[in-house]
Amino acid sequence: MAKLADVAEATAIRPFQVNVPEAELTELRRRINATRLPEKETVADFSQGVPLATVQKLARYWATEYDWRKVEARLNAAPNFLTEIDGLDIHFIHVRSKHENALPVVVTHGWPGSIIEQLKIVDPLTNPTAHGRSASDAFHVVIPSMPGYGFSGKPTSTGWDAQRIARAWIVLMKRLGYTKFVAQGGDWGAIVTELMATQGDPALIGVHTSMPNAVPVEIDAAASAGKPVPPGLSDEERRAYERLAFFYTQVYYAFHMGTRPQTLVGLADSPVGLATFLIDHDARSLELIARSFNGVAEGLTRDDVLDNVTLFWLTNTGVSAARLYWEYKLGFFVPKGVTIPVAVSSFPDDLYPMPRSWAERAYPNLIHYNTLPKGGHFAAWEQPALLTEEMRVGFRSLRN
Amino acid sequence: MATLEDDVEATAIRPFHVNVPEAELTELRRRIKATKWPDRETVTDASQGVQLAFMQALARYWATDYDWRRCEARLNAHPQFITEIDGLDIHFIHARSRHQDAMPLIVTHGWPGSPIEQLKIIDPLTNPTVHGGSASDAFHVVIPSMAGYGFSGKPTTPGWDPARMARAWVALMKRLGYRRFAAQGGDWGAFVTNLMAQQAPPELIGIHVNFSGAAPPDVGKALQSGGPPPAGLSAEERRAYDQMAFLYQHVPTQLMMAAHPQTLYGLADSPVALAAWMIDHDVASYGHIVKLFVDGEPYGDLTRDDILDNITLAWLTNTGVSSARLYVEYKGAFFNDYDISVPAAVSVFPEEVYQAPRSWTERAYHNLVHFNALAKGGHFAAWEQPQLFSQEVRAGFRSLRG
Repeated sequence: MAKLADVAEATAIRPFQVNVPEAELTELRRRINATRLPEKETVADFSQGVPLATVQKLARYWATEYDWRKVEARLNAAPNFLTEIDGLDIHFIHVRSKHENALPVVVTHGWPGSIIEQLKIVDPLTNPTAHGRSASDAFHVVIPSMPGYGFSGKPTSTGWDAQRIARAWIVLMKRLGYTKFVAQGGDWGAIVTELMATQGDPALIGVHTSMPNAVPVEIDAAASAGKPVPPGLSDEERRAYERLAFFYTQVYYAFHMGTRPQTLVGLADSPVGLATFLIDHDARSLELIARSFNGVAEGLTRDDVLDNVTLFWLTNTGVSAARLYWEYKLGFFVPKGVTIPVAVSSFPDDLYPMPRSWAERAYPNLIHYNTLPKGGHFAAWEQPALLTEEMRVGFRSLRN
Repeated sequence: MATLEDDVEATAIRPFHVNVPEAELTELRRRIKATKWPDRETVTDASQGVQLAFMQALARYWATDYDWRRCEARLNAHPQFITEIDGLDIHFIHARSRHQDAMPLIVTHGWPGSPIEQLKIIDPLTNPTVHGGSASDAFHVVIPSMAGYGFSGKPTTPGWDPARMARAWVALMKRLGYRRFAAQGGDWGAFVTNLMAQQAPPELIGIHVNFSGAAPPDVGKALQSGGPPPAGLSAEERRAYDQMAFLYQHVPTQLMMAAHPQTLYGLADSPVALAAWMIDHDVASYGHIVKLFVDGEPYGDLTRDDILDNITLAWLTNTGVSSARLYVEYKGAFFNDYDISVPAAVSVFPEEVYQAPRSWTERAYHNLVHFNALAKGGHFAAWEQPQLFSQEVRAGFRSLRG
């Protein structure tokens, strides 16, 4: 899809445009129409996974009304680039604000995500005056695709773990000429962001996270082992514990990707197999997505969901993205030892609502903490206005 | 595929023949040839799962040389039936011995299996005199397909767990006119067989399992919590413990099926997805299957066709998801402190996922009539080592014949 100039130096920043051949879209629709489905689940709820009725609605819409060209145009409306870092092509969107004093921020997506999660926050962040905020709130925004995701290269050897991604992002920001910047993320993006913050590089002056790696180690261990609520927790901590413990009973897809990603060949061969695997991330986001296919568009639209799934399909990144779980050896939710300034936003429908007490314990330099009235795991995608306001407020004290 | 007469009574035993329409086989080959592959794994071993080069070798053979009709003929060479039990159609093979005093035996397959796992033991068990045994070793053999597997019905409501299957099997054997019978199983078949023994119906003479799954409570607890092994284990017990602990860390496929089987839509839509999922069962069997397809290295009595017969059956019956649902139905542990008084025979195959120690086996089976550790064979013992397996079944039940 990319026209690569072979003569360019590895460190060159090459413009990139998305232009998927029509034949690939035709083939995708053919496969969706030819999908062979299993029978209906034997329960009336989501306890066995993605319900058949949701999948049938998704497949029907995907094969008939859905239009990839719309998101292609949205992607191409932003400046896209490729540059080689540490031996791998990294794709990114780079939108500079017209406000020269804007704060540079690198925003990292998660799994099952892509840069499509972040498209809605680009304009509010770069162009705050058009969104009722002042020029002093402006950001220069860099949104990379993680290795093995979207239009970034797929690693062919081991080693591209979250730590290496964190180091690569610092290289990227410096290559773009930013000597002082902040970072933001949720899901894997939060882990990458916090691991950037532990690199000790003074160029990174602060981070914002919507999935704080701030669950105390002993609490995380108890929750993952399914133990009863530990004694001495506040009501708020107890709620977080119960939600986290429930999530651990649901997260076997991550365990599978963490051990046997290459077995998931269905992610490459079956569009519906890919779609269902991707939308079954956590109970609340699956229910949100199922509602959107039932005609209740809150947070995410059908197009939002399918833009992301279709990007995975067209780039054939189901398995390469899954491999990030295999690469990673650290905890998902436990503190990473971040001592630089941290801003935390806790969304009520995320995997766990982060109690202030745990955030204060994990982050000695907590500069912002807020619990939001709505929103879930995909904060930038579901609640772009809330998330951008959180980033403005969260980073305000770090601006000159 | 079956011609069912709607007016027969539910308890009727209806003859069944397999006859897959040619169009379904053509469509299967079309899908295999049209497979869109992921990129290659980033390692040079199996540590990331089923390797791309192996899957491509398997797909090539499956789409070109493999012939389902041979498997169909092997299935149809045995009398097959369907009967409704507890509201669900149960498919089974019923091979009676010509020896009238033969012992009735119900043999249960596992996951990722089907009655295809057991086809090779039918003749040795029913017709022992041509396989080096005596007429007094004969069995009447019943091999059902578990609920949601193969040609059995797919449950549409929850509740078809191994304990219910065990009760259904007793009903099946009685319906076939057997007032006394024995039971055998490995993998899920062993769970069904052990639970049947715990239910202890008066008709059950004894059981034989090639995966006992018996462990003392302190061992089971330590395994579940990922804790250190209990103190005082013998060398044999410690080895088993380490194998079981390894297993707990290497069953992501099973855990995924136990959590969200319905999310695995790729098993219904992609033949190679189904094949990869089913082949990634355990380290030893996976290693053998790869060498079989890639290097032509023998794997006991298992051939490439055996492997693909089983996968093709799951594809043609679209049972990837319905068979996975058994994991969500089962609420117990992998290893249990069984309390079984029915006479029991246990065979331990060296490449099984763990080697059951005699001590734990004696603790669980209060009337252990046979215990033997074999020199070769693995998880799919009946399929891989049918002669050894048949000898074990004969030896195991010999003392229980009247």
